[in-house]
This record gives sequence, structure tokens and C-alpha cells, in this order.
Amino acid sequence: MKVGVVTFPGSLDDRDAARAVRAAGAEAVSLWHADADLKKVDAVILPGGFSYGDYLRCGAISRFAPVMTSIIERANVGMPVLGICNGFQILCESHLLPGALTRNVGLHFLCTPQPIRIENISTPWTNNFQQGAEIVIPLKNGEGSFQCDDKTLDQLESEGRVIARYVGENPNGSRNLIAGISNARGNVVGLMPHPEHAIDSLTGPTADGLAFFTSVLTAMVGK
Amino acid sequence: MALDTVAIAATTPDQEQPFAALGLKSDEYQRICEILGRRPSSSELAMYSVMWSEHCSYKSSKVHLKQFGEKAPHSDALLVGIGENAGVVDVGQGYAVTFKIESHNHPSFVEPYQGAATGVGGIVRDILTMGARPIAIMDPLRFGEAHAPDTRRVLPGIVAGVGGYGNCLGLPNIGGEIVFDKTYAGNPLVNALCVGVMRHDQIKLAKASGPGNLVVLFGAKTGGDGIGGVSVLASETFGSTGPAKRPSVQVGDPFTEKVLIECSLEIFAEDLVVGIQDLGGAGLSCATSELASGGSGGMRVELDTVPLRDPNLSPEEILMSESQERMCAIVEPHKIARFLEICKKWDVTVTVIGEVTDGDRLIITWHGEVIVDVPPRTVAHDGPVYNRPVARPNYLDGAIADTPQLPKLDATNIAQAILDLISSPNMADKTWVTSQYDKYVQGNTIQSQPEDSGMVRIDERSHLGVAISTDANASWSYLNPYEGAKLALAEAARNIATAGAKPLAVTNCLNFGSPEDPGVMWQFAETVRGLADGCLEMGLPVTGGNVSFYNQTGDVAILPTPVIGVLGVIQDVRLRTPMAFNCEGLDLFLLGATNADFAGSQWAYMHDQRGGTVPVTDLQREMRLIDLLLEGQPIFAAAHDLSQGGLAATISEMVLHHGIGAGLDIPGDLATALLSETPGRVLVAITQSDSQKIESLATKYSIPLTRIGKSGGSTLSINSVSISIETLREAYTQTFPKLFGTEKLG
Repeated sequence: MKVGVVTFPGSLDDRDAARAVRAAGAEAVSLWHADADLKKVDAVILPGGFSYGDYLRCGAISRFAPVMTSIIERANVGMPVLGICNGFQILCESHLLPGALTRNVGLHFLCTPQPIRIENISTPWTNNFQQGAEIVIPLKNGEGSFQCDDKTLDQLESEGRVIARYVGENPNGSRNLIAGISNARGNVVGLMPHPEHAIDSLTGPTADGLAFFTSVLTAMVGK
Repeated sequence: MALDTVAIAATTPDQEQPFAALGLKSDEYQRICEILGRRPSSSELAMYSVMWSEHCSYKSSKVHLKQFGEKAPHSDALLVGIGENAGVVDVGQGYAVTFKIESHNHPSFVEPYQGAATGVGGIVRDILTMGARPIAIMDPLRFGEAHAPDTRRVLPGIVAGVGGYGNCLGLPNIGGEIVFDKTYAGNPLVNALCVGVMRHDQIKLAKASGPGNLVVLFGAKTGGDGIGGVSVLASETFGSTGPAKRPSVQVGDPFTEKVLIECSLEIFAEDLVVGIQDLGGAGLSCATSELASGGSGGMRVELDTVPLRDPNLSPEEILMSESQERMCAIVEPHKIARFLEICKKWDVTVTVIGEVTDGDRLIITWHGEVIVDVPPRTVAHDGPVYNRPVARPNYLDGAIADTPQLPKLDATNIAQAILDLISSPNMADKTWVTSQYDKYVQGNTIQSQPEDSGMVRIDERSHLGVAISTDANASWSYLNPYEGAKLALAEAARNIATAGAKPLAVTNCLNFGSPEDPGVMWQFAETVRGLADGCLEMGLPVTGGNVSFYNQTGDVAILPTPVIGVLGVIQDVRLRTPMAFNCEGLDLFLLGATNADFAGSQWAYMHDQRGGTVPVTDLQREMRLIDLLLEGQPIFAAAHDLSQGGLAATISEMVLHHGIGAGLDIPGDLATALLSETPGRVLVAITQSDSQKIESLATKYSIPLTRIGKSGGSTLSINSVSISIETLREAYTQTFPKLFGTEKLG
């Protein structure tokens, strides 16, 4: 089982995501933004960071990378894709996911251990969780406030596409406390907090994040 | 302006030159004329002016700093010492660690965000230049009084700048300090430390050897920012009037630096460079002259090939520009194709601007005309050396005689005294600041603020790690700079050892007022003497550092502020000792004796008492305490240093960390027990079954041991008085959001 991790110029958490993939028991395959070849991976992670320095808009330039053309193509036929933080922003810019991530209402970059609740365990990235599980993983971003129009919000909620929600005080002003969403099919997931920084309580606040990565193995093996 | 060439300079000896406006004194200008045997061309003058500035040449500090070499202890761990971009230390298993701290004080006052951001960028490039992957940063910061209007301008900007740059580079911020004192108003201190790791055989040096090898400039294009930053900004006192200095502040682009880091590491991994130097203060003037004098001396550079952001820049401006995110490498001709290929992969601008030559002259041309022809060593290393007048300042006798009045504490006012202490800006929770920094990236952070030291893992399989702490107590240095330096060194080393790491090496950032004031020079000389003596006694080599003078406004200098960084190694990070207990029923022991040491304490500061006699460091006892901490590490459930704020601050921080209370039983004078800041003390928590072990350790190392209480409950109780954890937490956490704005608007 191979999981690709894309490196864009300015990606920061690519090595962390690859470590998490290995910790879950899969092979991590490094993918390069300028190379459209997906190297026969079974799933792809778009890691966090500041690709292209967040210039123009977060994710707006990366969306045009050659690797994204291949990813969009495969995502549309069901390949699991997880976008974390900047990866989530790239998925929104790519229109694989609806909505946009805007400046935190506090106007500061915010790095904190963040409690979230898993709201949908039917996606390939969340199937190893219990429905409603409350976990703590790091949140760290300056532009993490999820925004969309009312119609989209109704659709996300009614179709169960809100896969994770912040617990407690809203850390960044996201609508309906949304921390993560999926596409209609469920294979593409965007998540603002960082599960790859919570695979070992030695270096993270908890090891709660590992289940996102074991989930995708379960999903693929079950196929 | 017409081009001033070497040929013109030789034939127009009497032409007036603006050396004073460039920060050079007239005798310095005369020396340049003597070295060259003619007046310098305007480009040469530009180079000498920035390289002979206080910031680059250490002209006032050199005569003192040489003690670090003269008194250097023998160390098997030191791989590269003072003089290179950063020192390198052997931490075992084939790993070498490089670390250094630098100041970016003046730019951060003028433009807080960019000043702080480029301070981080500069120190990170120093570490990268050694061949290392940067793995963490720390940022000791100092500001004027917390409620002062200008502090509310500079602090949020500086914090955002440190975060904005460091976060975008993917470097965890693992600690630092935030200290307020009115003398820093108008002179905030922004010190930035970076640590990097490499294998022993990957160490790179700044030298241009091998005639025919190519001089390659890569990274950002050169712009008009930061021209004269080291001379005009960093080497002069700010007056209350005078022209705005903002154009002298560099503007940073962390994205470019992140790409430059990855590109450089790939180039290093394929062994494509002979020597390398980053472009920081003094830009190309520094990089070319230092590379050339680090090698055999000869270099030829075609300055008109340098890629420019602004095509109208003059050669003098190109030589002085401090545009960020640039590196200069020396590359063998047969490796240049691969070098260029890697730069192309990362979209990094790269240009061959010259070559290493036979001979010993640095020759720079502009469209074929020679504009610089100098012996590079005279630019890079043979700057002026001043033995500036030193005089013990007049304030000292009065200040030392002004013994602080001892506080009186009893059951009626003890709770309020503790709440006042932990809510004071110097002691209060710094989460408002640290939550703006990424501490998780790279996945190796074991400890960060508010722990005593920052700790990162460097090998995932062997669990080898390093710990770093930076410390300074400027109030002590104000009263006794010799002891102040030793005390800061001892505290930093202790903060490493409480976590279970063995101290290995020292870096320092010496922040002072004007060296032209004999009193300031005395503070500086005493500080260096104290630090060199302390390092020799503790067997810790100084691997490098930085001096920042002219931190004063008018006649008011900052407190002498030597920030000392100590790096240590820990064999297995999984076994480190955290600062706080996470369970009930542990026995709490105080290691070290407590005297009535209130001079320079937080309590005295809060009550506007700045005088008294500072404690004298007993480094032998400090070293025994460190040995005890390392040997006893397996039995410690928690260990936390006592420093600013004394036992009251230490126990409050331990209780609040996991929300587990503690009960202390304190005989004798409560004020001394709770608020005194006698150095050399650590509070440890152990299970009851280990109490015999700690007693025998204390005996073995001759360290006084006192059992002072137990962990548990939902209050901090001292004798008959209890404070609920909620009350403590509110006092501790409200200060920063109230001062600088709330995080919780959602």
C-alpha cells in the first residue's frame, strides 16, 4: 500500500506526513509538484506548509502544479486524498472541495492543541475512529477560518460531509465550528488541524492523529 | 554620479569622500588610504565602511572577546570554534550540532515585524551555511515596561515577525524569554538562536580556495533594502531627532529562504561546494571579502552580473545591500552544471559572478572597469581595534548600598503576594506569544516553552536529542556584571540539566549600551571576564556569539544584558524529566540552600527596588548540582529550576501545568522561602519509595536537601493558606491578553 506525499515549494509538513504514513504501516512515496507522475500510489496526502509563500491566496498557485492535474483526475474516480491545512486550502482552490479558508478571526497565527470531534466515520480517512470520538491534535495556521455560502453549508451538513468539528470555543471563526469536510463521494477530505503532528505523545499532544492514517489502509485493504 | 574607478582614485587623491556619512571616523579613513596607498574608490569606501562597522568588525569588543580563546577549556566535543559562521559541537553517534545566537535589536525598533523576521532569517542562514539542516529556533526578547505605549507597538510586531518568518520556514520555536524593563523602552532586544544538525563529514566552511573555482551567487535578487544596515543602524545610538531609518531595515521573504534551505541542503548532500558564505550584514562586501580571505586571498568578481531587483542600483549600493535570502558558494568548474540543475529544480536564481584567482587581491569590476582592488584580509579581518576607556560607573556604589527592603509575609497577605507575582508581566503566562509560533513542525519537538529548556530529537531510532536554554538576569548584571554573567551561565546550564541533558557548549549574545561610554565598556569587560572565567571553570567552550552595542537612547543605556545559551545532549529523549508533576502523592524536595537574596529579584523589581548585593555564584556547587540532576534523572517525576520569582513562581508553574495542586509546609521566614532568588536551586518531585535515593544523592554531591511538601489536591497550599488552581490560573493567564489583545474573538 503506497501513500503519496506531495512536496510543493514551501511545503513544511511533508516529512511529518510521510513519517505518519510509515507509522501507520504503509509506504510513503514522495511526489514532486512539477511532476505529473503519481508513481502508482493508492492515496495522496497534500501536506501543510506555506506553498508558494501563500502568495496571492493560500493554495492558489499550487493548484496549478502539474501534479494537481493528475491528482484531480484520480480523485474524481475515487482515489483517497487528504489535504491538511495548506493541503485543505489547495483542495478548495482546486474545487475538489467547496468553500474557502480565510484569516483567523483573532488575526494571529494560532498554534494550539485543539480538541475536535469526529462527525463522519464513513470516509477512507476516518473509518478507524468511533462515531463522535473527541480527540486532541495540533491546530496551527493563520488562515483556518472555514467559510462558504449558506446553501453550501446546508448541503455539507445535510449530506454528513462535515467530518470533524472543533470542540469548545471556536478557535478561528469557522462556520459551524467546521474543522474538516469531505467531497460528496467521501474520498477527498480536507482537514485544518494536523493529525501528522499527533502520532506519538512524545512529540505531539497525543497519538490521536494516527487513526487518520491507519484508516486509509483499512479502506484500501477492504477493497 | 559618474563611476569612480580604482584608476580615477589613483589620480584624484584630493577628492573629498563622504566617509563620515558612512559611519567611518577620520583616522579610520586615513588607515584605508594607507593600506591602499591611495584614496579608496567609492566602492572600496563602501566596503570598508560596512565591514569596519562596529557590528561587523567587533572593533570595540575584540580586545575583550579574545579571553574566550585564551581561557578556553579543553573540550573533546568542539569541532569548529569561534570565527566561523557558527560553532559546531560533537554530540555523538556521528552527529554534529551547530548553534548560535544573534541580535537584531536596532532594526526591530525601527520596523518591528521586518526587523524581527530578518533576525530569524539571518541566524538560520548562518546555521545553514555550516552545512546543517536547521532544526529549531529560540527567541529571547526584551521590551520596555509592558503597559508603555511603545511596547504595545513593538511587541506584537516583533512576535508576529518572529512567528511569520520562523513558521514559514518550518522551524519549531522551542523557547526563549520575554522580559520587561523600562531601560529597554526605545531599545527592544530581539535575539534569535538557531540550532542545526549534520553528520561530521558534512561541515562546510567559509573559504574560497582553488584558483579557477567559480564564485556563485544564488537565492534572491539584490535590491535596495538594508543598505548600510550594519553601519548606519546597528552601530550608532538612536537620537530623538534625525532622519527616519526605515530604508536601512531589510525586508524578508521567508518563502524564498525556505526554498533556499532545501536547495542548499540538496547541493551539500551532493558535495558540490568548496566553501560557502551567506549574505547577511554587509551583504556582498562581507561574503566576497570573507570568502577570499578565508582562502588564499585572490578573487575576481564581475559586479555587473549580479541579478538586481532594481536595475538603477549603483555598484556601491550593490556592495552594501543587505537584501535577504542570498548565499555565495565556491564551486569547482566540473560541478557547476549539477549545481545549476539543482537551483533550477528549486526555481532559485543563480549566477556565476566571478572566480577564485591566483594572488592575494580581491578585484571587483563593473562593466570591465576595476572599481575595487584590495587585499581582502584588510577588509574582513584587519579592521580597527579599539582599546576603549573603561571605568567603573558611578551609579554602582549607591546601587549596591541600596539594599532592598525585605517583604513581610504572613497568612494574611501570602496569597495576594503570590497572585501579584505570577500575574506580573515578567512572570505571567506567555501563551499569547508562544501560540503564535509553530512548535510541532518537523515532528521532533520534545520540550518547548514553558519548560526550562527546549529539546529536540535528532535521531528517531536512537532517540538522541539536544536541549538548549537561553538565560540572562540583567538586574544582576547591572549590580555586578562579572557575577551576572556567571549566574546566567549557571542558570542556563542548570536548565538543561533539570531535563536530564548534559551541558556541552556555550553561545552568547552580549547586548549593551554605547561602547563610547567608559561605564558601559566596564560593564562589558566585566561581563566577558565573568563569562570566560565561568566557562573555563565549568569546562564549557564558547563556540561563538554576537555583540550588540549602542543599545541606548540619549544617555540612557539598557541594563547590561548578556544572554547566555547553553546546549546539551541527552542520550534518550524519552527519559527526559518534565518541568511539572502529572500525578498526586509525589514528594517535593528542594535541592540547594535558600538565603535572603532579594537584590535583582522579581519581587524587588515589582517594588521598584533596583539595588543591593547580588549573590556570588559557586560554580563548583552548580556543577555538583548538575551531576546530581543527571545521575538522579531516573527517579525524578519532575524537576523545575528556581530562578526569577523564586519558589513561589516555580511551584505555581508546576501546579498550573497539569492542574494538579500541591501542599507545602514551610518553616521559618515565608518571604525568604517563597520569594528569594538564591541561585543553584531546583525543585524535584519523586515517588515516596525513592526518598532514600535522593537523600544519598544529596549526600554524595553535598547539596542541601529539604522535603517541602507533596503534590495533589485542587489548591496550592502553603502552611494554612490555600489558593485554588482556578484563582492561580486566572491571575497567571489574564495578563498578556489584557495587555496585548485577546485571542478569543471567535
